[in-house]
Amino acid sequence: MSAEQSYISLYQANRECLMAASPEVMNTLRDEAIAMFAQRGFPSRKVEDYRYIDVQQAFEGKEQYSMPLPTLPLNSSKQGVITLNDASLLNRYYSKIADNEDAITALNTAFTHECICIHVGKNQILDHPIELTDTFTSDEDQMEHKRIMIVLDEGASAKIMLRYVANNKTHILTTQVVEVYVGDNARLELYELEETHTSCTRFNNVYMKVGRYANVKHNNITLFNGLTRNTIKATLVGEFSEITLNGCVMADKSQVVDNNTLIRHEVPNCTSRELYKYVVDEQAVGAFAGRVYVAEGAQKTVSEEVNQNICASSDARMYTQPMLEIYADDVKCSHGSTVGKLDEMALFYMRQRGIPLAEARMLLMQAFVGQVIDEIPIVPLRDRLHIMIEQRLKGELDKCVGCARCK
Amino acid sequence: MKSEEFASVKQNSNEYVKQVANEQYKYGFTTDVHTEIIEKGLNEDVVRLISQKKGEPEWLLDFRLKAFRYWTSMEQPKWGHLVLPEIDYQAISYYADPTSKSKNADGKPKEIDPELIKTFDKLGIPLEERMALSGTAVDAVMDSVSVKTTHTKALEEKGIIFCSISEAVKKYPELVRQYLGSVVPYRDNYFAALNSAVFSDGSFVYIPKNTRCPMELSTYFRINARNIGQFERTLIVCDDNSYVSYLEGCTAPMRDENQLHAAIVEIVVMENAEVKYSTVQNWYPGDADGKGGVLNLVTKRGHLRGNNSKLSWTQVETGSAVTWKYPSCVLSGDNSQAEFYSVAVTNNFQQADTGTKMIHIGKNTKSTIISKGISAGRSQNSYRGLVKIGAKAEGARNYSSCDSLLLGSHCGAHTFPYIDCHNNSAIVEHEATTSKISEDQLFYCSQRGIPTEEAVGLIVNGYAKDVINKLPMEFAVEAQKLLSVSLEGSVG
Amino acid sequence: MLEIKNLHAKVDGKEILKGVDLTIRDGEIHALMGTNGAGKSTLSNVIVGNPKYEVTEGSITFNGKDMLAMTPEERSYEGVFMSFQLPVEIPGVSMTNFMRAAVNARREALGQEPLKATEFLKLIRDTQKLVDIDKKLVSRSVNEGFSGGEKKRNEIFQMAMLQPTFCILDETDSGLDVDALRVVAEGFNRLRTAQTSALVITHYQRLLDYIRPDFIHVLLDGKIVKTAGAELAKEIEDRGFDWIKE
Repeated sequence: MSAEQSYISLYQANRECLMAASPEVMNTLRDEAIAMFAQRGFPSRKVEDYRYIDVQQAFEGKEQYSMPLPTLPLNSSKQGVITLNDASLLNRYYSKIADNEDAITALNTAFTHECICIHVGKNQILDHPIELTDTFTSDEDQMEHKRIMIVLDEGASAKIMLRYVANNKTHILTTQVVEVYVGDNARLELYELEETHTSCTRFNNVYMKVGRYANVKHNNITLFNGLTRNTIKATLVGEFSEITLNGCVMADKSQVVDNNTLIRHEVPNCTSRELYKYVVDEQAVGAFAGRVYVAEGAQKTVSEEVNQNICASSDARMYTQPMLEIYADDVKCSHGSTVGKLDEMALFYMRQRGIPLAEARMLLMQAFVGQVIDEIPIVPLRDRLHIMIEQRLKGELDKCVGCARCK
Repeated sequence: MKSEEFASVKQNSNEYVKQVANEQYKYGFTTDVHTEIIEKGLNEDVVRLISQKKGEPEWLLDFRLKAFRYWTSMEQPKWGHLVLPEIDYQAISYYADPTSKSKNADGKPKEIDPELIKTFDKLGIPLEERMALSGTAVDAVMDSVSVKTTHTKALEEKGIIFCSISEAVKKYPELVRQYLGSVVPYRDNYFAALNSAVFSDGSFVYIPKNTRCPMELSTYFRINARNIGQFERTLIVCDDNSYVSYLEGCTAPMRDENQLHAAIVEIVVMENAEVKYSTVQNWYPGDADGKGGVLNLVTKRGHLRGNNSKLSWTQVETGSAVTWKYPSCVLSGDNSQAEFYSVAVTNNFQQADTGTKMIHIGKNTKSTIISKGISAGRSQNSYRGLVKIGAKAEGARNYSSCDSLLLGSHCGAHTFPYIDCHNNSAIVEHEATTSKISEDQLFYCSQRGIPTEEAVGLIVNGYAKDVINKLPMEFAVEAQKLLSVSLEGSVG
Repeated sequence: MLEIKNLHAKVDGKEILKGVDLTIRDGEIHALMGTNGAGKSTLSNVIVGNPKYEVTEGSITFNGKDMLAMTPEERSYEGVFMSFQLPVEIPGVSMTNFMRAAVNARREALGQEPLKATEFLKLIRDTQKLVDIDKKLVSRSVNEGFSGGEKKRNEIFQMAMLQPTFCILDETDSGLDVDALRVVAEGFNRLRTAQTSALVITHYQRLLDYIRPDFIHVLLDGKIVKTAGAELAKEIEDRGFDWIKE
C-alpha cells in the first residue's frame, strides 16, 4: 500500500469517531480535504516547494502510530482569549486561508478535531504575552494533527509564543496548521520555539492574512529537533502594513530543518523584512527558501530579505533559495544570501587574547544567530533565548545526554 | 521632483512612445534566395535524411537516433517562469539549405550566391576574404548551413581549426567524436535531446596546446526561411595553455509566426587554458503586440576540465520572444575560475528566463556571477541560477550579484537563485536588488536637455556597464546601441 | 625573554621573512621600522601564531620555551600581547563577554580560579579608569563601529586587562591624530613595568617620541639590515630608507 493510501485508510477507519466529536465546520471540510490529499499525494522532491525534503519518507510507516482521538464532543466555552473550538470564530475563519491544495494541510484538515482559538477583540490590548506550550510526553509512538487559529480584531494587540517541547524518546509525527488573521491597525508578535527531539517529525504550516496599518513580527526559532518543515505564508491585503519574518536554526547530528516562506504583497505601500540565520553542524541539513511576491499595482513596496548561514562541519549541508517575484516597478526590493564559515580573522583575534579556539567558535556562533534574537522586543524573552542558545551550543540542551536512542 | 515637472517628462516620453511604435527591428528583412527545405515534420526518417544530406558517418547517425528516441520519451519542461507558446514540432521543417543551388558534388558550394553575400554585408559581416573583418574570423551560418568561414588559412598555419561543424565531422571525425556530447549529453534536457537529434550547423573550434588564437573567432547565425527551426551546434575545445576569444551574433527576419532556435554550445577547457565566449543575441523579438519572434531555447555549458582553467561567458540578450538559456560552468579542475556576465533586456511581450549554473567540483575553484535584468513594457524577465559547491570543493568561492531594473508598471522582474553548499570551507555570497529606473536621474538628464529616450539609454547603459565592459571592443559598441534601441518606447 | 633565530616565513605561498634574528631581553623596548611590504607585520603575526602565516625555517623561543609549538592562545598565556594594526570587528560579541572569556581562560591556564562576576566587573571599572576609555565602548560589540582611535584605545584597554609581559604594538600609530597617539602611548607607558618588554612597529618617528626605544631595527626585504640606538629614528625620518640599502 502506498503511504498515501495508508493514511486514507486510517482516515476512513476513524472518520465516524472524528465526526462525532468535532464542530460542524471542521466536519464539512473533512471529506473534501482527504479527496484533495488523495489527488495530490505527498509532494515529491520535484515539487518546487518541497525540493529539500522527502515528505513521503517522513510520513511512511507512521500511520501506525497511535493517534489521540476525541471521546466527547467539545463544547466551546466563551471565556477569555483562549478557547477550544470557538464555534463563532470557526464559522467565520476556519480554513479560510489554509491552503488545502497543500497535501499536508489537506491531511491536517481531514484529521484534526480540535482547534485552539486565540481571539483578541477590537482594540483589546493584551499586556502580558501568552505562551502555549505543546509538550510531547506520550510513552508510545504518536501522531498528532493540530490546529491553531489566531484572530486579532481591528486595533488589537497581542504577543504569543507557541512552544514545542519533547522530552522523551518516543517517535512523534505532527502536522500543525496555524491560521492567523491580523485586522486593521492590529499588532501581533508571534514566536515559535522548537525544542523537541531527534525522533520528532514536524510539519508546521502557518498562514497569515494582514490588514491595513497592521504590524506583524514572526519569530521562528529551531533550537533542537528531528525533521522540521515550517511553511510560512503571509499575505498583505491592507496598505501601510509591516511584516517581519525572522528565524534562526541551530542544527547538528542528522537534524533537518526546512523553512519555506512566502510574503505576498498584494497592495501598495507595505514593508516586509526577513532575516533567517542557520548554523548547521555535523551531518545536519538546513534549507531555506524565501519568496517575496509583489503583485502588479503593489507600488511603493519595500522588501528586504537576508539569509546567512554557516556550515560548521564538512558533512553539513545548506541549501538556500531567496526569491523575488516582482510585477510592480516602483519598488525597492533586495535579498542577500550567504553560506560561509566563521570569520577567521575574528577567531585569531580572540585566540591572541587567550580565548581557546572552541570557545571562540562558540562565541562567534552565538553572536551569529544572536542577531536574530536581538531583534526580539520582549526583553526577558530575549535574555532567556540568548541563554538557551548558549546552552544549546555548549551541549547542555543536548537531548543525547542520557538518551539511549540516538548516539 | 515636483509633480508638474515630472508630468512634463512623462509627456515627452509619451510623445516618444508614439514615435518609436512605428520603428522596426533593423534586421527584420528577408533574403530571396533559392533554399532547399525538407518536408515539415519530425520522425526517424527526417533524422536519417538530415544525416544523409550532411554525408555523416554511421556513429553520428547513431547518436542522432538515440537522442531522437530519448526525446520522444520526454516532456517539454515547465519550470521556467515563462509562458511558452505551444510548439507543434510536426509543423516545423528541420533542414533548410540556402546554398543548395550552387553546390558541387562534394556538397561544397562552388561560389557563394551573391544574394547571400549581400545579406551578410547588410548585417555587417563581409564574407569575401579581401573585405573580411580584420582581426576576426567569421563562420556565417544561414538556416541549417554554414555559408562561409573566413580566415581559415591564416588560422590553419597555427594549427587552429575553425570551421563549420559539418565540415569538422568530415575532416576531423576523431576530434568531434571525442568531444561531441561530452559536456551536454543528449539526455541533459528536452531541448538538448531535440538538438542532438536534428542539429544542423554551427562552428567547431580546436585550439591546440600552447597556442594563443591570434584573432577573435566569430559565428554569425541568421534564420531566413519561413517555418524552419534552427538547431545550431557549436563545439569549442581549448587545449592546455591555450587561449581563444569567441563571439556569437544572431538575427532573424520579422515574421508573424514563432521561429524555433534550439542550440547547444559545448566548451572544453583544458589545463591552464582560457576561453572567453561572448554573445550578442538579437533574434527577432516579436512585434509590439507580442506576435511572432524567435523562441530561443538554448543549452550552453563549459567544462573546466584542467587545473587553472578559465571560462568566461558574457551575454547581452536583447532579442527573442522567449529566452530560455543558462550558460553554465562545471569547474572540475583545481583552481579553475568561471565567470558569467549577463545583461538581459526585455520589452513589449518578451519573456526571458536566463542565468547560469556554477558547479564547483575541484578545489579552490572560483566563480563570479553578475547579472543585470532590465524589463520594460509587459515583459517578464527572470534570473535563475544555481551555485553548487560539491563535497570535495575545498576552499571554493562564489560571488553573485543580480540586479533588476524595472521600466513601467506592467512588467515583471524575478530572481530565483539556488545555493547548494556541501562543503564547510566554501564561501558563497549572493545579493540581489530590484528597483525602478531612478526618477531623479531621469530628471537630472532632462534638466540638462537630454531627451527622455536618450536618458533611458544612457542610464541603462551605465547600469549594464560592468557587463558591457567584458565584451570585445566592437561588440561592446554594438551592444550599447542595441540596449538603447531595445528599450525604445519603454518609458511613459 | 624573546629570541628569534634565522626565521623564514611564508604567506599565501610567498616567502616574506628571509632569515630574521632578533633578541629582546626583559624590560627592553625595540622598535622595528621599514618600508611597506618589508615584512614587519608578518614578523609580528608569526610571533603571535597567526595560522595564515607559515614558518618554514628557524626558531622562536620565549623565556626558554619553543614558541612555535604553541597555539596562539598558549602564547597569550605566556604573556604575549599584540595590539593589532587593524583590530577586527566582531559583531554580536559584547566586549564584556569577550573580556571575561579572555581573562578567565588565562586564569584557568595559570591555575587560578575564574573571577566572580562582581570581581570581574570591578576589574573592568578599574581598568577603564586607568586607561581612560569611554564606558560606552565597553558595553558595545567588540570593535564594532569604533572609530580608528577608539579601536586603538580598546587595544590598550585589553592590554591593561590581560597584563602581558611582552607587547607588540603593530603600527599602533597609523590612522591616529597626535592627541590620540599621545593618549595611547601614555596608556602603554603607564602599564609597563620594569620587566615589560615590547616590539614597536612603526613607519614614523613620532610614536617613538612617546615610547623611547632602546634599540631600533630596520627590516628590509625580510631581513634585519641595520640595528642602532634611538637616534636612528631621526635619521630615517630625515633620509628615508634608501641610504641603508646601499
